[in-house]
Amino acid sequence: MSTTTTAPAPGASEHDHLTATSPAPQPRVLLRLATAGSVDDGKSTLVGRLLHDSKSILADQLADVARVSEARGLEHVDLALLTDGLRAEREQGITIDVAYRYFATAKRSYILADCPGHVQYTRNTVTGSSTADVLVLLIDARHGVLEQTRRHLAVAALLRVPQVVVAVNKIDLVGYDRTVYEKVAAEVRAVSAGLGIEDITTIPTAALTGDNIVHTSDTMSWYHGPSLLQLLDGMLPSTDPVEGFRFPVQLVLRPQSSALDPRQIEYRGYAGQLTAGQVHVGDEVVVLPSGLSSRIAGIDLAGRQLDSAVAGQSVALRLTDDIDAPRGSLISSAADAPRPVTTLDAMVCWVAEQPLQVGSRVLLKHGSTTVKAVVDQIKGRLDLATMSPAPAQALALNDIGRISVRLAGPVMAESYLETRHGGAFVLVDPQSGWTLAAGMVRGHEAFGDSFTPPDDWQI
Amino acid sequence: MNAPLSAPPLSHLGALEGEAIHIIREAVGELERPVLLFSGGKDSVVMLHLASKAFWPGKVPFPLLHVDTGHNFPEVLAYRDAVVAKLGLRLVVARVQDYIDDGRLQERPDGTRNPLQTQPLLDAIAENRFDAVFGGGRRDEEKARAKERVVSLRDEFGQWDPRNQRPELWNLYNPRHRAGEHVRIFPLSNWTELDVWQYIASEHIELPSLYFAHDREVFERNGMLLPVSPVTAPRAGEQVSVRRVRYRTIGDMSCTGAVESEASTIDEVLVEVATTRITERGATRADDKLSEAAMEDRKKEGYF
Repeated sequence: MSTTTTAPAPGASEHDHLTATSPAPQPRVLLRLATAGSVDDGKSTLVGRLLHDSKSILADQLADVARVSEARGLEHVDLALLTDGLRAEREQGITIDVAYRYFATAKRSYILADCPGHVQYTRNTVTGSSTADVLVLLIDARHGVLEQTRRHLAVAALLRVPQVVVAVNKIDLVGYDRTVYEKVAAEVRAVSAGLGIEDITTIPTAALTGDNIVHTSDTMSWYHGPSLLQLLDGMLPSTDPVEGFRFPVQLVLRPQSSALDPRQIEYRGYAGQLTAGQVHVGDEVVVLPSGLSSRIAGIDLAGRQLDSAVAGQSVALRLTDDIDAPRGSLISSAADAPRPVTTLDAMVCWVAEQPLQVGSRVLLKHGSTTVKAVVDQIKGRLDLATMSPAPAQALALNDIGRISVRLAGPVMAESYLETRHGGAFVLVDPQSGWTLAAGMVRGHEAFGDSFTPPDDWQI
Repeated sequence: MNAPLSAPPLSHLGALEGEAIHIIREAVGELERPVLLFSGGKDSVVMLHLASKAFWPGKVPFPLLHVDTGHNFPEVLAYRDAVVAKLGLRLVVARVQDYIDDGRLQERPDGTRNPLQTQPLLDAIAENRFDAVFGGGRRDEEKARAKERVVSLRDEFGQWDPRNQRPELWNLYNPRHRAGEHVRIFPLSNWTELDVWQYIASEHIELPSLYFAHDREVFERNGMLLPVSPVTAPRAGEQVSVRRVRYRTIGDMSCTGAVESEASTIDEVLVEVATTRITERGATRADDKLSEAAMEDRKKEGYF
């Protein structure tokens, strides 16, 4: 596949630093970003600026935005209009829903989940953060860390977004003042440290003028770091730090008489996507929840036989033994395989209108398994503003709480702290089909070593 | 940053392919009666290629659905039929012409039939009791599509409610729905036009010939190059000329414009796509120019 990445990104040739080609061109890597910020801190402008200055906005899109800006009597082209997709959003001048944007440099293909900043849309920030390799958080330099900033950082910590970049924005409105920037940066570092966020970088930016977004700024001689895009271009997608591999079985491929190639009539392979680690032919594996052991006989990608596969690849595995591993099974490296469980202690972010109550009957989806579940206990609700737990009888929309659930069948859940894929689940309403909650299985601690909630909350 | 990796990270195309195949298999694992919308356009061709890879060495375990406006390019119909025969699939065709003939739909004054596809599509879904409809829609195509979920609920009238979408968390897709409702599934959500072309090149996927430069009799209308055809005739004052053109998107002949191009190979097309300054819909789709929210309105009503 590396043969296909030689074509330059759209417009990249106009930017020296974007086309700085290394002697042996590396394949472009996919990096997933989520943006978050408070209302009016210039997030849409920053995203618009990122797209515009990286030449990802094409002429007709820009003409469209210029036309609408003019019709509204604006003196400048409002780049925020690039990201407001729905009519209601443009009418009200707000962003309602997560919007996905795409841009590329010579080194990275970016998927950017642009999450609205309103308090009532916390669930959108949870959604965007769940897949993000990097959270780009905006802070208005004039206002510093707000309650909303704390909430976004808490969500990033809870969802374990591996890298956080804080843009201290509107630095132009405080006269590009170094002391203001350093005060805000210190404040946000202190909050992040309290939440156990280890990897955080701050950048002074002015999205309206483009300072330090794509190009480094000339107006801040005191800042020697990279621009936002230069920084992102050096980041890698996150991988779960497991020793072996995890492979939830989605389907069993047994074509029998429907095989397109008559030589494959006896074929039996397990179809799925590697969620963590690497698998090699010959690896010792265990199939869960049955616990049967086997070895990898082959790794197939549509007729191509691979020696190994890495997290993110969808392949079919063949085993040396004829064992039963239906949809919902997990094929795992034998040495570090998880244990099937039928009760879960978890943090949940409630994303539905109807509240969660003790005794609620729900469906729980984890990996490729869906099981019936009952909520046994609501152990409390987390106040994101103070980061302190409080007793709760129910969880309402946008609440984050700790619950325990009992399952009708086993799931191969692991601590979310150790593996995002292995610890993530969703709760679904069995009647309406609506998604109710984002769930994270507690390991020993939910927020990392440095977060110290009261004793009974140690996660 | 990250711990050192023992294997290089997946290329962006590898990651996009892995994600798309996972989505296709999830839908088949969870739902009863999926169908793949297939127009012969490049995105649906890539979808079918991914589906073939997802279920190898078996057949693709669902039929194809083509909403036929009656204004198709003949090259595309020939391509469609050849692919269906080669893969041994079942093809369901919903014909806009049937609806016009019996009066259920009326021809529009502007002659375009793209907006007329919605009713035959929804009827075909209901009649065949399809519960999952795969589409090749991409979020980079248009701003209403940028807000679309990978697995997107449609009510029993086929309508999309953009303000009431389910959150989509991690890679845990939720296709559950009530009787009468269905889901639209967009495995290419995160692909860009350039990704699609790079993937076509790397996988050596065969496309209808229209995507490559050829000589064609065309005339200009509303800034678009329309073909001289039984359904698109030049009006008084519209000059016809033979030009070297290709198509960036393929839809209804009456509203899909050609672009001038010398790109006759996949590599030449790749260079052109990588350096273009106009979006593919901006360049070639009259139906999206109707209003600022034209696509949002059609999607709400059940359009793909």
